[in-house]
Amino acid sequence: MAPPPAHPQRSPSPSQPSGKSEVTDLRSQLRQLAGSRAPGADDAKRDLFKKVISNMTIGIDVSSLFGEMVMCSATSDIVLKKMCYLYVGNYAKVNPDLALLTINFLQRDCKDDDPMIRGLALRSLCSLRVANLVEYLVGPLGSGLKDNNSYVRTVAVIGVVKLYHISASTCLDADFPATLKHLMLNDPDTQVVANCLSALQEIWTLESTSSEEAAKERETLVSKPVIYYLLNRIKEFSEWAQCLVLELVAKYIPSDNSEIFDIMNLLEDRLQHANGAVVLATSKVFLHLTLSMADVHQQVYERIKAPLLTQVSAGSPEQSYAVLSHLHLLVMRAPYIFSSDYKHFYCQYNEPSYVKKLKLEMLTAVANESNTYDIVTELCEYAANVDIPIARESIRAVGKIALQQYDVNAIVDRLLQFLEMEKDYVTCEALVLVKDLLRKYPQWSQDCIAVVGNISSKNVQEPKAKAALIWMLGEYSQDMPDAPYVLESLVENWDEEHSAEVRLHLLTAVMKCFFKRAPETQKALGAGLAAGLADFHQDVHDRALFYYRLLQYKVSVAESVVNPPKQAVSVFADSQSSEIKDRIFDEFNSLSVIYQKPSYMFTDKEHRGTFEFSDELANLTINAEAGDSAVPAQRVEANDNDLLLSITEKEEGRDAASNGSAYSAPSYDGASATSAASQSLADLAFSSTSGSGQAPASSFAIDDLLGLDFSVGAAATPTPPPLSLNPKAVLDPGTFQQKWRQLPLSLSEDFSLSPQGVAALATSNALLRHMQSHSIHCIASGGQSPNFKFFFFAQKAESASIYLVELLINSSSAKSQIKIKADDQSTSQAFSTLFQSALSKFGTA
Amino acid sequence: MISQFFVLSQRGDNIVFRDYRGEVPKGSAEIFFRKVKFWEDGGLEEAPPVFNVDGVNYFHVKVVGLLFVATTRVNTSPSYVLELLQRIARVIKDYLGILNEDSLRKNFVLVYELLDEVIDFGYVQTTSTELLKSYVFNEPLVVDATRMPPLGPATLFAQGTKRMPGIAVTKSVVATEPGGRKREEIFVDIIEKISITFSSSGYILTSEIDGTIQMKSYLSGNPEIRLALNDDLAIGRGQGPVYGYRSSTGSGVVVLDDCNFHESVRLDSFEVDRTLSLVPPDGEFPVMNYRMTQEFKPPFRINALIEEAGAHKAEVILKVRAEFASSITANTIKVQMPLPKYTNRVSFELEPGASGQTTDFKEANKRLEWNLKKVVGGCEHTLRAKLSFSQELHGNITKESGPVSMTFTIPMYNASRLQVKYLQIAKKYGTHEPYRWVRYVTQANSYVARI
Repeated sequence: MAPPPAHPQRSPSPSQPSGKSEVTDLRSQLRQLAGSRAPGADDAKRDLFKKVISNMTIGIDVSSLFGEMVMCSATSDIVLKKMCYLYVGNYAKVNPDLALLTINFLQRDCKDDDPMIRGLALRSLCSLRVANLVEYLVGPLGSGLKDNNSYVRTVAVIGVVKLYHISASTCLDADFPATLKHLMLNDPDTQVVANCLSALQEIWTLESTSSEEAAKERETLVSKPVIYYLLNRIKEFSEWAQCLVLELVAKYIPSDNSEIFDIMNLLEDRLQHANGAVVLATSKVFLHLTLSMADVHQQVYERIKAPLLTQVSAGSPEQSYAVLSHLHLLVMRAPYIFSSDYKHFYCQYNEPSYVKKLKLEMLTAVANESNTYDIVTELCEYAANVDIPIARESIRAVGKIALQQYDVNAIVDRLLQFLEMEKDYVTCEALVLVKDLLRKYPQWSQDCIAVVGNISSKNVQEPKAKAALIWMLGEYSQDMPDAPYVLESLVENWDEEHSAEVRLHLLTAVMKCFFKRAPETQKALGAGLAAGLADFHQDVHDRALFYYRLLQYKVSVAESVVNPPKQAVSVFADSQSSEIKDRIFDEFNSLSVIYQKPSYMFTDKEHRGTFEFSDELANLTINAEAGDSAVPAQRVEANDNDLLLSITEKEEGRDAASNGSAYSAPSYDGASATSAASQSLADLAFSSTSGSGQAPASSFAIDDLLGLDFSVGAAATPTPPPLSLNPKAVLDPGTFQQKWRQLPLSLSEDFSLSPQGVAALATSNALLRHMQSHSIHCIASGGQSPNFKFFFFAQKAESASIYLVELLINSSSAKSQIKIKADDQSTSQAFSTLFQSALSKFGTA
Repeated sequence: MISQFFVLSQRGDNIVFRDYRGEVPKGSAEIFFRKVKFWEDGGLEEAPPVFNVDGVNYFHVKVVGLLFVATTRVNTSPSYVLELLQRIARVIKDYLGILNEDSLRKNFVLVYELLDEVIDFGYVQTTSTELLKSYVFNEPLVVDATRMPPLGPATLFAQGTKRMPGIAVTKSVVATEPGGRKREEIFVDIIEKISITFSSSGYILTSEIDGTIQMKSYLSGNPEIRLALNDDLAIGRGQGPVYGYRSSTGSGVVVLDDCNFHESVRLDSFEVDRTLSLVPPDGEFPVMNYRMTQEFKPPFRINALIEEAGAHKAEVILKVRAEFASSITANTIKVQMPLPKYTNRVSFELEPGASGQTTDFKEANKRLEWNLKKVVGGCEHTLRAKLSFSQELHGNITKESGPVSMTFTIPMYNASRLQVKYLQIAKKYGTHEPYRWVRYVTQANSYVARI
C-alpha cells in the first residue's frame, strides 16, 4: 500500500504538511472530532482525513494515528469511509492488534444494503494482510462470491487471491478455487469471469510447484471447452480482459487446422482495435497458432503488419517503443516483410532517442539489395545529426548493413566520406567500421587505406577507434608510407596511452610493420618492446615478453605467428543463439521482447507469471526436442578426438613453468599448430568479441601465454579408464525423472569453474550446446543469475548404461557442484572426470 | 499484473502512490527516479519507458511533465502496461478537467478513489470513465483554467497524445457547472499530425499523416451517434509499395493505409456508406486512428540556404511559403535550424514590415529560432541571418548545420481531406438542439527540410 512507514522523508513541497508536530496536531484534532455528531463534523473530518492521507502519500509515517482514525470511522459518509479504508489498508499490516478493531465495522459493512459499501468493505477486509485475521475473511468472502451484485462478486474474486497470499491453506480449505472455477464458467458478468481467470491462473500456478493436481487444473484452463467459452464471449470483455483471454488462447493447441482458422476468423477484427495491447495479444495468437503452417504463418506476418505500423505512429512515444520492439523481433524472423515499408522506420527529429535507436535497428534489419541505397543515404543524413549518440548509432548501422550485404561499393564510399567529415566522433566510429569492413572485404584495402592514411592519429582519442587505426597501420603498413613513423611516434608517447587495449594493439602493429619494413621499424619495435616489458599491465607485459622471445627464437616463426596470411571473415558471429531467439518469440508480447532476453534471465521463478507455463515441465520438453536434433557427424568425431586430448587437461591450477615447457616453441613448426595459432592470433589482434569458434584445443596455449583471458589449466591427472559416450543418446523427460527418483546418488563433487566458462554462461544455451558436442545432453535447465541449474544425461557407447547429472553453477562465485547418478556405478568416477573435463573447456573454444 | 502505481512530479516528489501487492521493496519511487534522471546506458540520453532494476520492472509514460509509473515483478505485456498508464492519465483528466501537478495535488483523494477501482490487487478492473462514475464520491476541485498557457503546440502536445485544447473540453465529467444545468454538447475533433522530410532540392522524401478522430461527449442519456466520413474513402493501399508516388491520385479519393477504431464503434454499415455508429462513452476518447502515406499537398514549403561569406562568416536565408487557401491562417509557427557549433554571433534581418515575428539565437545548443505568430494562406516570409564564427571555416558548411525543422498549428485545415460529412444524434431534444462541434486541426509532427 502507499509509502511504507520507514520511507526516507523527502523535503515536502510547500503545499504539504511536514512532519512530527503535524502528526501530533492531527491526533488531537481527530480525538476532538471522534465522538462529535455536530453538524459539519463530517466536513471537518473529511479535511482531517485528507491531511492524514496526504502525509501518507508523501511518505510520512502516520500509522500512530491508527486508533484515532478507527474511532472516527463510525460514519455513514461514504467519502470518509473510503479514506478510512485506504488508511486502514495501508497500516493494518504494521498494526495487527489495532487492525482487529477495524474488523468489526468492516464486517458490518460487508452486510450493508448498498452493494457499493459491501464491495468496498470486503475489499478493505481482504487487504488488511494480517495473518491472524484470516478467520474473519472466509465468511464474508463466501457470501461475497454469491452476492447478487456483480461489483461485490468481482471484489470477492480478487479477495480470494488476497486470502491465498495471506494463508494459502485457509483459501484451499474453504474450497474457493472450485467456487471460482464454477463462477468463471457461469457468471453473467464478464469482469467476474475475467477476475476468476486471473485468480485461478495465479493460485494454480503457485500451487502447481507442490501439487500435481493444481498443475492439472491449470492445464484445464487451456482446454477446448474453456477456450471456446471465453472466445465466444470475447467482445463482451473489457479491452484489458480481452488481453487476458487472448494471452490464454495463445497457449491453446487446436486439434486441427479448421479450428485454427475458426479462431483466427473470430479474432480478425481485434487487429483493428485502438488499444495496442489488444492488437499485440491478437498478433501473438495468430503467430503461435500458425507456427506449424508455414504458408499461413507468412500470411499472418503480412496481415499484422499494417495494424502494428498504425500502432507505432498513432500512440505515444512510449507505446511506439513497445510496438517497435515487437516489430524488430518479427523482422529478425522474416526480414522481407518490411523490405518495402522501410521508410516507416526513418527517424523523426523530435522522437525520443529510445525510439530512434530502435528505428535504426529496424533499418539495419530490413536492409536488402533493393533498399540498401536509400537506407544508407538516409542514415548518412543522421550521421551529421546534432544528436550525437544517434549520429554514432547511425554510423554503426551503416557499418552493420555493409557487413551483411554482398554489394558494398556504395557503402564503402559513404564510410570514407564519414572519415572526411572532420567531426571527431564521426571519424572514430567510422574507423572502427572501416576496420571491420576490411576484415570482411580485404579487396577494398586500397581505397580505404588511402583515406585512413590521411587521418592524424592525434585527432583520434577514443580507445576503440585508436586501436582500429593502429591495427590498420600494422596490417597495411606496406601501403601506408608513414606507417612506421606514425607507429614510432605512438610508441614514444607510450606512457600517455591509458588504454591497455590500445597498447596491446600497438605492440602487434609494430611487430607486423617490422616484418614488412624492418629497417624503418626497427627503432619503433625496440622501443615498443622495451616499453611493453616495463608496462605495469600484466597482459601488455606478457605480450611484449612473448613477442620478444618469439623474435629471439626465429624471426620467420614470429612472423608466421604474428602476421600470417589471413582469410577474410565471412560471417561475424551472431550475439544471440537461435534457441534464445525462439524462446523470446515464444514470449511474444512480454518484456522478454523489450529486454531481448527470455524471462528466466530477468525474473525470479515465482514471478515468472503465466508466460512460462510449467517451468520444469516446459523446460523438459523444450530441451528434449533440442536433444533430438542430431549433432552433425563431423563435429561428433572432432569432439571424440577432443575428448581424448582433454583428459590430460583437467583444471586445478598449474604453474607457469609447466606452462612454458608444455608448449615449447618448436611446436609452432607443426603446420596445424601454426594455423591454429594464427587463427587465434588473428582474433586477438582484432580484440573482437566474436569468438572464432573454431580454434582447436591447442590454440588455448597461446591465448594463455598472451595473457588474454583464455586460461585453461592442464595439470597432469591420472588417466581414467577410457570411457566413450554415445553421441546420439536419447532419453525422454519422463524416463529421466523416473530414473532420477529411482537411482541412488553415486557421486557428488564440488569444483570451481574457469572464468571464461562463467562468462560464456551469459548465453545460456551455449553450455547446452557445448556439452552436447561432448555427447552429454541437457534435458532441463533453469535458474537465474547467479544460480543456474542443469540436468544432463549421457549414455555409454554401445551400452544401455545411462548417466544422469545435476549441475549447479553459481556464476558469481564460479563454484559448481555435480551430482551423478548412474546405471553402472562402477564407471561414474570416469564419467565425472569426463564431464568435468568437458565442462572445463566450456567457453574456451 | 501490476505491483505499484505512482505519479511523480518533475522533481521526483510522490504526488500519488498506490501499492497494490506489497511485493516490490521499499524505495521503488526513489530508485526509479534516480534511474530516469541519470540515465546513461548505451549512449541514450533518455530512459526508455521500460527497464528493469534488481528484478523490478519499471514502466513509465510522461504526461504533462509528470511521470506516471507502474512497477511489477512479473513478465507482463509492456504495451498493456504502457497503454494502461496512458489510460489512467486520461481518466484522471476526465475527472479533474485539467491534468497537471496542481490539479492532482488538490484532488489526490479523488484520484485514490479512481485508482482503487481501476486496479484491484494488480488486476485491471475498468478504465471506463463512465463506469467509474458510480464509485467516485469526491467532488473535483477544479483548478483555474485561465492559468493554463495559451493554446499552442506546447499545450496540445504536452500530453504526448493528440488532444484538442480549448476551455470547453477542460470541464470535468462529474463537476456540476455554474448554473446547474449541464450543457448538451458534443465535440468531434479531426486532428492530423504531418510528418514530412524535404530533400535539399525540395523533393518530398517521405510524408505521412497520422490522424485521429477524437470525441468528447457531454450528451445526456447516451444517445447513439452516427458519423459519416467521405463516401469514397478507401482503406489499404493494396499490394503496391506504400510510398509509390507514381499513382498520383488526383481524383480526390482519400486512401488510408490503415485505421483502427474505438471499442464502442460499430462498423455495420462502414463498408457500404462509410458511416460509423457508436454510443459515445463519457470522457474523451479516439473514435478512430488512421495513417496515410498517400501523396498530399504539404501546407508549407521551406527553402533554406546557407552560404559562406568569407572565412569567418556565413549567411542563412530561410523562406517559408504557406500553400493553403488565403481564408486559412496558421498560427504559432516556429522554424528552427541548428547552426555550426563554432557560431558565436548571429544578426537577423526580417523582411520589411514584418510583424508578430521574433528571432533568437540559442547560444547553448547553437540553434537559430524564428517564431511567427501567424501566417495567412498564400503568403511567403523570409528571414536572413548573418553568422559569425569563432574559427575559420573548413569542410562543407552544409554538413555542419541543419536540418531545418518547423512546428505549426493550422486550425480548420486538414491535409488528408478526410472529412466528417455529418454528425447525427439519434435522439430528439426539445427546444435546445445539442451543440455539435466538428473541428479540424493540422499540426506538424516532424516537418523537416534538409539543406
